[in-house]
Amino acid sequence: MARRSLNEGVYLSKMNRNAGTIRLVKSWMQQLLILLGALLAALLIGAILLAIARSNPIRAYYVMFTGPFSSRFGITETLVRATPLLLVGLGIVISFRSGILNIGGEGQILAGAVTAAALALVLQSWPAPVLIPLVLLAAAAAGASWGGIAGWLKARLSVNEILSTVMLNQIALQIYLYLIRGPLIDPQEVAYGTGVPQTALLPRQVWFPRLVPATRLHAGLILALLLAVLVYVFLWRTTIGYRMRAVGAGPAAARYAGIRVEFYLILAMALAGAFAGLAGAVEVLGVHHRALEGLSGGYGFSGIVAALFGRLHPLGTIPASLLIGALILGADMMQRGVSIPAAMVMAIQGLVILFVVSSDILLRQPELLSRMVPRLAKKR
Amino acid sequence: MEHIIQQGLLVGVLATGVRLATPFLLAALGEMFAQRSGVFNLGIEGIMMMGAFFGFLVTFFTGNPYFGLGSSLIVGFLMGLLMALVSVTLKAEQGISGIGLYMFGWGLSGLLFRLYVGGITSIPGLGPLHLPVLSDIPHIGSILFNHNWIVYLAYLLVPVAWFVLFKTPWGLRVRAVGTTPEAADTLGVSVNAVRYQALIVGGVLAGLAGAYLTIGQANMYADNITAGRGFIAVALVYFGRWNPWGILAGSLLFSMADSFQLWVQVMGITFPYELAVVLPYVTTILALAVSVGRVWTPAALGRPFDRGSRG
Repeated sequence: MARRSLNEGVYLSKMNRNAGTIRLVKSWMQQLLILLGALLAALLIGAILLAIARSNPIRAYYVMFTGPFSSRFGITETLVRATPLLLVGLGIVISFRSGILNIGGEGQILAGAVTAAALALVLQSWPAPVLIPLVLLAAAAAGASWGGIAGWLKARLSVNEILSTVMLNQIALQIYLYLIRGPLIDPQEVAYGTGVPQTALLPRQVWFPRLVPATRLHAGLILALLLAVLVYVFLWRTTIGYRMRAVGAGPAAARYAGIRVEFYLILAMALAGAFAGLAGAVEVLGVHHRALEGLSGGYGFSGIVAALFGRLHPLGTIPASLLIGALILGADMMQRGVSIPAAMVMAIQGLVILFVVSSDILLRQPELLSRMVPRLAKKR
Repeated sequence: MEHIIQQGLLVGVLATGVRLATPFLLAALGEMFAQRSGVFNLGIEGIMMMGAFFGFLVTFFTGNPYFGLGSSLIVGFLMGLLMALVSVTLKAEQGISGIGLYMFGWGLSGLLFRLYVGGITSIPGLGPLHLPVLSDIPHIGSILFNHNWIVYLAYLLVPVAWFVLFKTPWGLRVRAVGTTPEAADTLGVSVNAVRYQALIVGGVLAGLAGAYLTIGQANMYADNITAGRGFIAVALVYFGRWNPWGILAGSLLFSMADSFQLWVQVMGITFPYELAVVLPYVTTILALAVSVGRVWTPAALGRPFDRGSRG
């Protein structure tokens, strides 16, 4: 693998700039086409499933696709949902690029969210310019430690990170529920005897400012966009980023080149966790203003879809998050509008993953497509 | 008096533990074949959800748990086939495709459940199979011989899986394509065909494990009824070192921890129950940490087979 990319580099540098650009554009277009193909195929299967379930797929998709774009509410809500997706997705990009798969987004989100809420409640009276950065940093640190555990287990004891992150998700969920039902529960819920498992409302000064009045669109979006650029610079313009990608491209070769593979594996997982933890804090400070049950709502998994759909590129993850955010919102609107359960969108995202990872083979071996097409044509 | 309570508790923990091991055993033994053939199927959880749901749905409509069971097996077969198509033929990255399969199974079962059923509804399930003499032995009878037949089947599958894997030509082929696929290919074994078969066996067993949860245990369906059991089953395969007996030991260790945590809740011991629920997951991570690393793994695990330019 490493050898091939080396040759490719030499090859590209020998070509004149123009040809290089054309090649780049062509592969870019190819990637886009394959991604759109994957999405369409997933939606088509979704439609067939709906039809089998005796629901009208056209009516469902009409609501799902026009809803998010037909009103100010729809557009801003799409952005609200894209924000945590982008943050989680950025962490996924870092970890996948470093060759370690972070499936623990759900748990890391909760770790970040509960840390953010607890800290903001303890430091009630602190001024916003100090408190907000502190809360965000603490949440990122909480997520980083939760992810770092899996990274450490992988690097030191070669425990499969997929399995450990899945287990850590369950553990984080239970601890989270315990905290918001017990020690951190809103005193008012206890006083009124309602007992809804959620923390008290956070002090007003830590709430993120709203970007559009009378909507839920908050400043977290800007933070996420800035971080996307930062992650791009980090991965492609710094030595640490280069080493992490080298570990991802081939750990044996990286070790041979003198890179401390174990360290970068742990770092990759900690960074992935930090971004997910940040996503949890952003949901708390920007949307709910408290930690409550069902806070994550699958963002840890949908973030993987966003990252994969963004071709594991920090900037590509931006439009991908918008798309997945719109899909999730559209599904919610579909549930309310034509009462088709929003669980549908999880199935579609699963199919999108399956199609995207399946179509990778077409990008790796483009000759396969040219070989398959005439064969298919001949059969007809 | 206290002595009797303690004895009752012990019998309760053990009997529940023996029962709770069933879905882990079924799913993990199936996953063992898939991993032995070189494919890491993380989608087991999704397959179990589909198996659990379709078993429930068909029983709900027909009133016959055996029809439900049959449909779970069919759904498991199809999901295994889908995973094989994606991971074997299309050579997708297996960890990620498994997550895709999981989300697909989760979303689809959730969608159909809300469309067709909507709420908690109970269905007729499989009752315990009363074995003459054996079931009536005090204590031991209720620990070992007072379960429905899927439980016995799961335990019976341990030696069967061992025999199939190590003593039959097919088992040899499965092990061959999982360790040295190139050599197996040279000897005329179709690597991809064997991997398809192993994934389908895994899918069917995961479907059965799901069916056990709805038809055999709860007699109802609820969202996320599998609660990560499929993922734990995958971990148990690592813990059991790709060997049926090791998987049996892991499943029992795990289900006893789970049973203990359930009985702690039932006995009303003042302990935050969320922290008790965590116990089995912590056990799994610790078990993985102490067992993985120094041991043998199928050499070609996670590596799609490419015959090279001949295609």
